[in-house]
Amino acid sequence: MAKKKFVVGCYDDEAVLFSAVKKIRTAGYKIKDVYTPFPVHGLDHALGMRETSIHTAGFIYGITGTTTALSCMSWILASDWPLNIGGKPHFALPAWIPITFELTVLFAAVGMVYTFCYLCQLAPFVKKHHFHPRATDDLFVMVIECTEKTNTEDLQAFVKNAGAVEVNVQVAEEGWWFGRYDKNEMPFEQKIVAA
Amino acid sequence: MASSIKEQFEIPSKLKTWAYALIGVGLLAFIVGFITKGRGTEEEQAQFIGIIMYNTIFWTLVCNAAMFFVCIHTLAWSGWQQVFRRIPEAISTLVPIFGSITLVLLLYIVFSGNHHIYHWLDTKAVEGDAILKGKSGFLNAKFFVIWTVLTLGLWSLLGWRMRKLSSEADQASMNNESGKTYVWKNTVTASLFIVWFGLTVGSTIHWFWLMSLDAHWYSTMYSWYNFASTFVSGISLITLWVIYLKNKGYLEYTNQEHLHDLGKYIFAFSIFWAYLWFAQYMLIWYSNQPEETIYFKHRVQGPYKGIFFLNLIINFVCPILILMKRSVKRNYTLMTFMAVLILFGHWIDFYLEVMGTISKEHVTLGWLDFGILSLFVGLMILFVAKALASKPLVAKYDPFLKESIVHHT
Repeated sequence: MAKKKFVVGCYDDEAVLFSAVKKIRTAGYKIKDVYTPFPVHGLDHALGMRETSIHTAGFIYGITGTTTALSCMSWILASDWPLNIGGKPHFALPAWIPITFELTVLFAAVGMVYTFCYLCQLAPFVKKHHFHPRATDDLFVMVIECTEKTNTEDLQAFVKNAGAVEVNVQVAEEGWWFGRYDKNEMPFEQKIVAA
Repeated sequence: MASSIKEQFEIPSKLKTWAYALIGVGLLAFIVGFITKGRGTEEEQAQFIGIIMYNTIFWTLVCNAAMFFVCIHTLAWSGWQQVFRRIPEAISTLVPIFGSITLVLLLYIVFSGNHHIYHWLDTKAVEGDAILKGKSGFLNAKFFVIWTVLTLGLWSLLGWRMRKLSSEADQASMNNESGKTYVWKNTVTASLFIVWFGLTVGSTIHWFWLMSLDAHWYSTMYSWYNFASTFVSGISLITLWVIYLKNKGYLEYTNQEHLHDLGKYIFAFSIFWAYLWFAQYMLIWYSNQPEETIYFKHRVQGPYKGIFFLNLIINFVCPILILMKRSVKRNYTLMTFMAVLILFGHWIDFYLEVMGTISKEHVTLGWLDFGILSLFVGLMILFVAKALASKPLVAKYDPFLKESIVHHT
């Protein structure tokens, strides 16, 4: 539960966002993440993230499904409890192909969904800090990590110059936690600001 | 910017030499084949005709599949094909050429009085055969000839119309109004082509040309299966030409993004082909009725066993394992390899379908098969290169061109 300081810049246009990402990265700041209302093509490259390996995981899950289906059926139908079904051979491979296919798809799909949830730290009761409620609506929210040496005033000005429509500094929990949001941290309610 | 791209394809002399050499080898094989087999026993004659038959039908359908590729993208208004659209168009110019070879051959088979290839032509045998008699309303020489002529004619005509429409985009820049008219005209012609394509390639023409080789046998999957086979080969052929032109420094606007999508197509339709292959095989295997299993009997258990499984390995196992990775679909060398492999694989598939019926006892794959193949490859290279050279490589005023240039996968 380590709290950290972030500078948050909000953009309302994709094109501006891309050039801002480029400027801020070349200036040497570390972008933690960009929260967008929809998938933005090429943003992962612009952020310099590595290629995801979820496909490799998917392939492995798929192969697992294939093996499970084939070994299970061949053990049951050809070795443990052979039955004469329509005079077909016990090892009736063509008849097993549809089931093998289905299990391959099932394992790959379900496995990838769970892997994705794990990688994104998505689970019931897991909470994370929301940097801006409109990130799910119409704003591209860029979160920049600060160190002790970062001059937040300068950085805010820089982000603003790069086209941000809204800039602020937040001290927030970096990772995830179990439980509830603090009262003043509820993501989707208007905060009451004391005058 | 437009001035810096190479618009006009000039046929390299090396390509011409290769094309003529392949055609020469093919003609030599044809002549030697005609002397040694074409005048021999009835079986040898049937084998000779069968070899030409599956080659010409395969290449006609593959070249026609290129026009289908253009038409589905035109109809769906998917612009990404625009930067290399002239290549499938050039390939489809071969439909009339290979189509006339097919037509001549089929007319020869129908009128030569040799019933070894199409058993249903033998009117005497049909009289005493309840199954063939029941099919004779469809399987008769008159309907066969009329439908074949109509099919090849309309493929050529509609293909020619599509190519002509595309030339309009070379002439002058379009405003909003004329651009809309252009897209509309393209859409209408493409849909007409697709309707006719569905009626022929999607069903009837394979029943006539190929399935009626086994006149007693039928499969409802057959036409779709062959459609998938030729479509994936057609895309492989397009890919090969795209890569060739890229290598020669043409097609500046075509890049890895387009190659990636072509790779996805090959990957997807290889799986689609395998799906149909299996749908046909498993139902026949499961119901196990003699009149249906007879088709697979000598293919799976007889002399064609090796080719039968090779077919599956080349056309399904290899594409699914090799083309699965994104980096492979973006790699020019590997894509060339896969395209050649798949073209060869589906050629073998057609070999299995036609020769597996004509010569049930022996596998005759040999010099004549490859000789005739080289004839068709040579003709294909020559005429596609000529068609490419006759037009600019990119239709520079096409409304979809920009969408295609910035295409991103």
